[in-house]
Amino acid sequence: MSNTRRKFIQESLLASMAVSLGTNIVYGKNIPFDLQLLGLEDSTSDQFPGKSSLMTVLNDRPINMETPAHLLKDALTPNDLFFVRNNGLVPKNIDIDNWTLTISGESARKTKTYTLKELKSKFENVNYNLTLECGGNGRKEFSPPAKGNQWSTGAVGCAKWTGVRLRDVLKDVGIKSNAVYVAYYGADIHLSGAADKDPISRGVPIKKANEEESMIAWAMNDEDLPLLNGYPLRLVFGGYPASCSGKWLNKILIRDRVHDGQKMNGSAYRIPCKPVSPGATVEDEDMCIIENMPVKSLITFPKTGATIQLSQSLPISGHAWTSSKEIVKVEYSIDFGIQWQESTLSKSANKYAWQNFEAKVKFPQTGYYEVWAKATDSDGNVQAMLLPGWNPKGYLNNACHRIAVKVL
Amino acid sequence: MNNHNYDTASLWRMLTLLIHVLLFLVIVSFMYLILEDHIVSFLNKPKLSVEQLDDIAANRAKGRSQVKNDKWDLVENGIHLRTGLKADENLQLIIGACTSCHSAKIITQNRASREGWKSMIVWMQETQGLVDLGDKESIVLDYLAKNYAPQEMGRRKNLDLAEIEWYILNLDEIEE
Repeated sequence: MSNTRRKFIQESLLASMAVSLGTNIVYGKNIPFDLQLLGLEDSTSDQFPGKSSLMTVLNDRPINMETPAHLLKDALTPNDLFFVRNNGLVPKNIDIDNWTLTISGESARKTKTYTLKELKSKFENVNYNLTLECGGNGRKEFSPPAKGNQWSTGAVGCAKWTGVRLRDVLKDVGIKSNAVYVAYYGADIHLSGAADKDPISRGVPIKKANEEESMIAWAMNDEDLPLLNGYPLRLVFGGYPASCSGKWLNKILIRDRVHDGQKMNGSAYRIPCKPVSPGATVEDEDMCIIENMPVKSLITFPKTGATIQLSQSLPISGHAWTSSKEIVKVEYSIDFGIQWQESTLSKSANKYAWQNFEAKVKFPQTGYYEVWAKATDSDGNVQAMLLPGWNPKGYLNNACHRIAVKVL
Repeated sequence: MNNHNYDTASLWRMLTLLIHVLLFLVIVSFMYLILEDHIVSFLNKPKLSVEQLDDIAANRAKGRSQVKNDKWDLVENGIHLRTGLKADENLQLIIGACTSCHSAKIITQNRASREGWKSMIVWMQETQGLVDLGDKESIVLDYLAKNYAPQEMGRRKNLDLAEIEWYILNLDEIEE
């Protein structure tokens, strides 16, 4: 019997035992085989541990959930409201005492393994507020439609992350001068259950890995990472598609070439290297890896559908983010983009933190309105009003957010 | 005396251990009986047919679903409740071929032409270990292209007014 098969049977038995006994596996520790992570979802556990029931579930195998816009109103997104984009099955029975991170690869001077404790004590601990956004956030609006989870606006959040700088750890291992890419592997399991397949293994160019704000994090808003967001360890890269920020992190490779792991190739997290017409067929070799995410904003108050009196003025607020240095302006329009007013904008806590905007809006007469918001960043990039460049997989939709308001 | 006490204690310890081991063996045997089908179907994985995929999908769903057996394939308003798929010809074949690895939700939220659905099947075969569907493929494609075809949305759709829940915003409560 092959290892994989034996492992599967062991896992099935243990999982079923846990179900039938209605408790944790009491004798699990005594079972005389090398216990692997349980890859099979069962029906007894809370299906979405640590997540609010107010989240919108797009998919349950793998788990994908987004946050309705009005629930993103906090300056820092609470852990139970932070979106989830999983590619595989969530690892189970995580043992943090024995969790290790191994760093190796063609361009690593040596192979080194750290326990969580060593990471925490050996390197400077840092905090950054970093915005994570799924590359496919807004996919739902593309026409012709793009394949994949149909995210609307809520695959984004900004949290305070605690951890160490990736560059400090890479330096400790030693980076050869021919390093090109830093790649991750995690403990999540391929949907098919196959142990020899990775659900996802992506990464970033070495330059991005060496940025000050690029982190290996173990805490989110001063608590352990939620299980669905990568407990106990993950990467966090602000300004890049969130798929670069590997979860359940246990292995990093310093590579001498662009990483070729799962979802690095084909059309995954890539857009046409040259602009194409909507619906065009694009060959894989004409697709380029997405790096920086575009400037974007979201109106988080009020919830769409607000009805007010003409005599009242409407407070609006939300967030804006960019992969450039900072947001310099957020404007809003109540007449479908003819006139724009500037809102009050907060400073960013650090690069890649989202910034808050607010304004008080007076309406000239009763009727149906839409409030639109558009942000401008320090590189002069502005959000689109229509859908930006169509691409086969529906990435990078930064068209302005719109909410509906009735004035009586 | 001390030696005697020590022996009793260690006897007890061995007895307890023996009970634990026996209990474990009983549970394992019991679970094996229940799980035999899963295991057999897993061992056959390299040679899976569409029908076997169907069995796996059904078995997995049974373990995950609270739906009672008599409501197993209930259809309401043209929707197969357990999966959310549109009820149409060959639905059982679709459930079998398409939901053994992933949720039906990834189907119901997507729209594509026949060619678009075909390219997704090819992608799953090339990268995700999906088997050759043989002569069932055209049946699957017919179902998907008919029931989950794209709609023209233009360069940007109007806000979906039917979906908006209008409410009176109480501004007094939020005055700072």
